[in-house]
Amino acid sequence: MLLDRRQLIAAGAAALFAPRIAFARAATERRMVFIIQRGAADGLATLAPTGDPGYAALRGDLIPELADQPKLSGLFALHPAMTQVGAMFAAREALFVQAVASPYRDRSHFDGQNVLETGGALPYDRKDGWMNRLLALLPAGNARGLAISATVPTALRGAIEVASYAPSALPAAPEDLQQRISQLYAADPQLHGLWEEALQTRAMAGGLAKGDAKGAAAVGQLAAQLMSGATGARVVMVETNGWDTHAGQKGRLGAQLTALDAVLGALKTGLGAAWADTLVVVATEFGRTARANGTGGTDHGTGSLAMLMGGTVAGGRILSDWPGLGEAALYQGRDLKPTTSLDALLAGALAEHFALDPEHAAPRLFPGGEGKPLADLVRA
Amino acid sequence: MQLGAVALNRFGLGGKGGQDAPADPHAWLLAQFDRFDPHPSAISALPASDRLIVMLREARDDQKERKADARTQGGDLKAKAAGMGGPYRELRDAYVAAVGARTAIALGSDTPFIERLVHFWANHFAVSVDKVATVGLAGAFEFEAIRPHVLGHFRDMLSAVERHPAMLLYLDQAESVGPDSPLGTRAARRGRQRGLNENLAREIMELHTLGVRSGYSQADVTEFARALTGWTVGGLAKQPLLQGPGPRFWFAAPIHEPGSRTIIGMRYGQSGEGQAQAVLDDLAVHPATARHVATKLARHFAADDPPPALIAKLEHEFLRTGGDLPALYRVLIEAPETWHGAPKFRTPWEWSLAALRATGVAVLPGATAAGAFTQLGQAVWKPGSPAGYDDIAASWAGPDALYRRVEVAQRIAQRAGPAIDARHLAGELFPGSLSETTTSAIARAESGTQALALLLASPEMMRR
Repeated sequence: MLLDRRQLIAAGAAALFAPRIAFARAATERRMVFIIQRGAADGLATLAPTGDPGYAALRGDLIPELADQPKLSGLFALHPAMTQVGAMFAAREALFVQAVASPYRDRSHFDGQNVLETGGALPYDRKDGWMNRLLALLPAGNARGLAISATVPTALRGAIEVASYAPSALPAAPEDLQQRISQLYAADPQLHGLWEEALQTRAMAGGLAKGDAKGAAAVGQLAAQLMSGATGARVVMVETNGWDTHAGQKGRLGAQLTALDAVLGALKTGLGAAWADTLVVVATEFGRTARANGTGGTDHGTGSLAMLMGGTVAGGRILSDWPGLGEAALYQGRDLKPTTSLDALLAGALAEHFALDPEHAAPRLFPGGEGKPLADLVRA
Repeated sequence: MQLGAVALNRFGLGGKGGQDAPADPHAWLLAQFDRFDPHPSAISALPASDRLIVMLREARDDQKERKADARTQGGDLKAKAAGMGGPYRELRDAYVAAVGARTAIALGSDTPFIERLVHFWANHFAVSVDKVATVGLAGAFEFEAIRPHVLGHFRDMLSAVERHPAMLLYLDQAESVGPDSPLGTRAARRGRQRGLNENLAREIMELHTLGVRSGYSQADVTEFARALTGWTVGGLAKQPLLQGPGPRFWFAAPIHEPGSRTIIGMRYGQSGEGQAQAVLDDLAVHPATARHVATKLARHFAADDPPPALIAKLEHEFLRTGGDLPALYRVLIEAPETWHGAPKFRTPWEWSLAALRATGVAVLPGATAAGAFTQLGQAVWKPGSPAGYDDIAASWAGPDALYRRVEVAQRIAQRAGPAIDARHLAGELFPGSLSETTTSAIARAESGTQALALLLASPEMMRR
């Protein structure tokens, strides 16, 4: 179901779901938000291993400011755009996990995102997403899922009905035209790819695509508003695009991270006391090459960064079985080698956050995941 | 694609609604040589370069005055002046008017192949309006140095281009001073640095004639820059010695580097203005120039990765005729590579013209045209570099660029109103060449406006 802005204003945010879905009182106060970074966000620039002797040689002067950033640990420095996230880390509300990856090992955005969202072992292995399956594990009838986007993304699709809301809905006519253009370009390899990419970028809620911090903060506020109160959503997904920084990475990534930081900051502020019951997960489909390319950017890689934030997170820590950046340590001689299973991380965090049995929840949420769910990520 | 559709779209600027495709495409193209009008009325209403130079001089003086006033009377004045549009307002207006004229000429033209060539050469010899001195003069540059020579000799176009005030100012030639010239030595005695600027000399060799890495050396560039000293613009300088006879090209002997020059193994013993002209004349017929120009023409009319056979044919014809441009155009018209290759992705300029011509738009207000081309990613006469805009799909086929075209297609279709039947128009624009997908998308559209928007955004329309 897709609600438009007028309905939202008329009904008020708290009554958003009342007309269609009847809710009992929430059995859980716990909330989780999944922020997906579509396009392969560069974990090596977000949480830069400037303490690794190989880093400067690989990245050169791609983002020179990183070298001057104070280190959070002996090895890692946070990108300077992440000021609010940095404050969360200092307040022990943020946990970073470096060198993670889903089971996916090729380098296609769409396939990689599909694995990340379905929790399967292979692209298009499963039709439903792990967030929808998470809803099924929560107390019956009490957990509401919501996507801040025009359509329901794969991670939230499945047997349980979820809502979606896009803050900047496009007028009806061009939307129809867009669909027809999609059909018109379907058989044209060049135009099809360009068009789908353009639509993906535009479809995102708010002004995130252009790194617009004000628009991004509005997305965070909106999400917080829709999660508030007894009938607010408990399982929410926010989509962000524009992470595919093949060129001009310094400026583009700075803008992207500024926007992401604004979303997270606004989310925390907007949730108020409910922040104490909230877990936010930020993850991407795969990382980027360890080495800078010839156009001031980085190309599709493997190992990346995942971030957990919120009042329940046992934060102020960086988890990493650091593989190193030496030539022999790189995956296929080019990418950060993944040493932690993203699925095991998410399964463990979600189970602890929602007080589920990890052994029971993990195979249901991430049937493609390998290894034991990680533990001690969330304060009991 | 059928030959009629190739003639209209690849060689021309796109078909017009209500006009049948040419029955004999080759003859239709050749006949345009005789019909082309180098001085259409849309241009004669615009200020010519002598007037624009006066405006530039006034704007510079005005700006200096304002700065001086701001210093003596406080900073507020500056803000006030900016609110009134600033000293360069008139020149920006001239730019906008020239964009409007260029667009109107292209939209109305019944010699679209030759107009395409005008655009091609103006981009080959690019000036860019991101430099303040070029803003007003960019249009005049195309109208005065390119159009009159588009059906002439490469040598004559080259000479007109390098003498045009827009080029002399854009590539800093106007300020280049021979160190051993009378003015250069005098300045040196007073401890002031006035010297050579190699910018134009280098770009002539690298971009306008020989092409990059074609065998000339840094020493050749410097020698050529010395030969070019004295080629400057009158009516701008403060010193009476450099005022010149008026607001136009002039050879300023007091800044010319004396002596003979050696460039790519040739000795140039001429004194004065003729020295650089002699170099230009040799560059104009150099084999590397023939190859460079042949490659660019082949890329424009055949494929991003130009077919070597077509390059060879054009190169041979260039050398055989000493750079006769119509002879090259005839090679293009006769070559199978131009008629049967995969279509080229249209640049924003080309796509807009095709969409507007298709829907019968004859004139756009200059400001609307300038704004639209900027929005679509190709501001007129603003490539940002003397290399001009790229002529390959990779530079233009981007997701956001495509999205904007669809938005503009929708807007053009809305303005066109219900009078245009897209199903009929499609056949006129792409005779016998419309895909089944596009035909059915148009047929199944929910309204006439939507059908037209789909046609303007169709894969056929995106390419030529």
